[in-house]
Amino acid sequence: MNSQSNHLLEVRDLSVTFPQPGGSVTAVRGVNYHVDKGEFLGIVGESGSGKSVSSLAVMGLLPSSAQISGDILFEGRSLLGRSDRELSKLRGEGISIIFQDPLSALTPVYTIGAQIAEALQLHDRALSKLAANARAVELLKIVGIPNPERRAQSFPHEFSGGMRQRAMIAIAIANNPRLIIADEPTTALDVTIQAQILEVLQKAKDLTGAAVVLITHDLGVVAGNADRIAVMYAGRIVETGTVDQVFHAPTMPYTIGLLRSMPNLATAGHTRLVPLEGRPPQLSNLAPGCPFAPRCPVAIDACRTTEPPLTSIDGNPLNASACLRVEEISGGALNRAALYPVPAPIALEERAEVAPKTVLAVDQLVRHFPLTKGSVFKHSIGKVRAVDGVSFDIKSGQTLGLVGESGCGKSTTIMEILELAKPQSGQVTVNGRDVSTMSAKERRTLRQDIQVVFQDPMASLDPRLPIQDIIAEPLTVHAVPARERSRRVRDVMELVGLDPSMASRYPHEFSGGQRQRIGIARALVTDPKIVVLDEPVSALDVSIQAGVINLLEDLQEKLGLSYLFVAHDLAVVRQIADNVAVMYLGRIVESGPSSEIFDHPQHPYTRALLSAVPVPDPTLERSRQRIILQGELPSPTEDIAGCNFRTRCPLYQLMDQDGQEQCRTLDPARRQVQGSSVACHHSEHIDLMTLATSQP
Amino acid sequence: MIGFIVKRFINYAILSAIATLSAYLLASTILNPAGRYLGRNPRPSDETINSILTGLGVNPHTPVIERLWTWVVNLVTHGSLGDTIHNTTVVSEMTARAGTSLRLLILGTIIAAIVGVAIGVWGAVRQYKFSDQAISYASFTILATPSFVLGILLMILATLLNNVLGVQLINFTGEYTAGLDGGWWVQFWDRAAHLLLPTISLALMGAAGYSRYQRSAMLDVLSADYIRTARSKGRTRGSALVRHGVRVALIPMSTYFAYSFATVLAGAAVTELVFSWHGMGEMLVNAITQSDINAFTGAVLFNAVLILIAGTLSDVVYAALDPRVRV
Repeated sequence: MNSQSNHLLEVRDLSVTFPQPGGSVTAVRGVNYHVDKGEFLGIVGESGSGKSVSSLAVMGLLPSSAQISGDILFEGRSLLGRSDRELSKLRGEGISIIFQDPLSALTPVYTIGAQIAEALQLHDRALSKLAANARAVELLKIVGIPNPERRAQSFPHEFSGGMRQRAMIAIAIANNPRLIIADEPTTALDVTIQAQILEVLQKAKDLTGAAVVLITHDLGVVAGNADRIAVMYAGRIVETGTVDQVFHAPTMPYTIGLLRSMPNLATAGHTRLVPLEGRPPQLSNLAPGCPFAPRCPVAIDACRTTEPPLTSIDGNPLNASACLRVEEISGGALNRAALYPVPAPIALEERAEVAPKTVLAVDQLVRHFPLTKGSVFKHSIGKVRAVDGVSFDIKSGQTLGLVGESGCGKSTTIMEILELAKPQSGQVTVNGRDVSTMSAKERRTLRQDIQVVFQDPMASLDPRLPIQDIIAEPLTVHAVPARERSRRVRDVMELVGLDPSMASRYPHEFSGGQRQRIGIARALVTDPKIVVLDEPVSALDVSIQAGVINLLEDLQEKLGLSYLFVAHDLAVVRQIADNVAVMYLGRIVESGPSSEIFDHPQHPYTRALLSAVPVPDPTLERSRQRIILQGELPSPTEDIAGCNFRTRCPLYQLMDQDGQEQCRTLDPARRQVQGSSVACHHSEHIDLMTLATSQP
Repeated sequence: MIGFIVKRFINYAILSAIATLSAYLLASTILNPAGRYLGRNPRPSDETINSILTGLGVNPHTPVIERLWTWVVNLVTHGSLGDTIHNTTVVSEMTARAGTSLRLLILGTIIAAIVGVAIGVWGAVRQYKFSDQAISYASFTILATPSFVLGILLMILATLLNNVLGVQLINFTGEYTAGLDGGWWVQFWDRAAHLLLPTISLALMGAAGYSRYQRSAMLDVLSADYIRTARSKGRTRGSALVRHGVRVALIPMSTYFAYSFATVLAGAAVTELVFSWHGMGEMLVNAITQSDINAFTGAVLFNAVLILIAGTLSDVVYAALDPRVRV
């Protein structure tokens, strides 16, 4: 084999197998790709597609039990078969990597500065400790850590997630590497922090001239940043090309399906999502043929016998697709848009009649947690304002989307509502009745009407109960006879698209999407009026999400349900919500009809939040102006006088003296501006922000 | 931070005081100091026995609270722990013996900790390989062996070695050879040779326990993300494991250190008896067999103080190792 390579990194026919007692698992099956100097390659795939394993193979960081075949060439030299000592000279200096979870990626017992200095000194023995520390401070400054001299002395636990990821980037660029691999660098972070980190990554790339391989499951993240994309499925690259080729003219049905199934912030809410049925194959016993064939709407017989190779499209070596029918798709004989059938909306006669009345009203809800100190004599030293005067209402048959970053009080709000107890302050009214005045018995009856679906479908189902018992559990609480229970369980399983014959199986036998359907069935079995959905799709893979969202929409139509939909993914919220409330530090800063909020946001925070969400459309993404919020979410223990968003507000910076004075001293009350209710003194001047960001 | 350590120290001190007072009460209610004199021939008169017991402060006719009060008052005002039944003061008995025990304990604990940590890490890194399995089986065997059996086995081995070599290389009876002439150097070597077997016996017991805990702590750390980060910076696997892995895996060990010290103390009492050392362990065991309440309480106080020191030390070490608990 000719091992000459002009590319910076070339991966040739890479396969990685993990031997396991129950049969070996081949996580990567013949992957070919290359990265040139200074290039930005995005590798996209769902969990289990082999994208992380292939990058760890490049770094030589796979466990020693992994069997690797093929070849990896970096700057023309093969990396496979080299000793750990030889590879360690290259790691950090030639290739560096940024990992997904910044919370656990830094050693807890060393200071941030020491960990950066360590990376420097490992590759430059002559560097003095003092010089390394000075350079570490400089690097922290580059990645945007305020007060770098002081923060270099901090330990990882004193840093927030976003700051730790910045420190990780500082470590990665410390030795000016030629290649940076970023393995899901923003997955664990909030959107506003994600936007900051992507900006830092881009800056680091410009500064070092390094090539970047960005591995992600989020098509939106690569759309605005990458030059080329490789899409992985079941351990192989199934499509590759430039960003525009892959997004605008995808040729592999999987890519087409993935793009169609993603709720897109720019288009969501107008059309129904197109789900990608089925689930990714198990890599331990792969059937012959194309691994996507079972889910593919245009699969032909040949697809089930031979696995298609990656064939180039129109003779372009950089644009290739692993599909037998690639020519038909690229030539237009098969229409991309019609490849997947758009699910029909619920027929009119099946829709439930709903009288427009308010089913849930929350008025000035408050939940403060005391902060105490002292082990013997506890005394209060402050309070956490988790929920600080939240008001909203939901009408029957409608959906309210509650959005905000982590730590803004979304979860505390819904827990307070679900408790159906007298709140610390404020009022919760369900079906027109104030819950604080109810007796215990009335409260128990009322619980039938308000149910919840939790985020993690794996953790929220008891693994030792068959699903029929899980689903029937709310009924046992309300003393429904056994015969009636099993009938209701069957009905509700059918309703959510689960086969009732699977009722006696256990949760681990189901896939993530099915498990979330079990969670929905359990919530619906009491025939509730209101369903609280706490991040119901955020733990699911992109291709599974669409099916669950469609199901939720259909159920709402059929049963006339009202949803309180809590999520951090704004595109999903736009898809499903009629009204939206945006939360920041325990308060609702803006609320109104979905179309108003998304199209004409009036609060600077809403505007920043929306602009931080990446859109899976490269053309749109390139033309968008991003408002990067400074800093992190302040701690809810802090007492901020005036408007509590002031510390990060881009509009505040643009206001004149008097305007700023108003923000500093007066807590803005919510008022009606255009179509939405906004808590900002200066919503009328919101367009200043657009002007400011369009000036370089 | 200093405040925290001081607070913990006071906590431990209160606990030690409670332990000692409870020990006094327990011994006073269970032990029968008069029994020792009743069996004598000729049997001393009741008055004689009574006056002896009153002199020692252990007369069962005095209410136990009153005796405890006198004992505490004596301790506070005179620094006295009372007299033993051999007409020596408990304090002088303890000063004579403490050095002997401490030498054994400190050496044994330090060696146990070092060896235990080292083989624990080694076992974790080589999980399920032959060396790991061998270490595991060996540790379990030692943990399951009573300490006197271990002592006697070591003696048998030493005797075999001495016989093979034809010289008395390893001495294992007593603390030193009585009546040995020679300079400082000769004395030192003699003591070291006597120290060898009991130290090994104690260290083996400790190391077996430490290594199990260290192994599991290290296994948790092995798959940690920051080890991968350290390697991605350019450390080799071995160096990343030592610099980033062992350092973190040591943190939970410092807590275990405090708890295990109590076990080592108990083991040391038996070891002293087996090797005929006249230390605090022997004093404790003899005090029980001879129904000597004052000596018993003194020995318990000694142990309590040692555990107090070990506990405080482990808190200090924990804070030194883990920046997350520093306040």
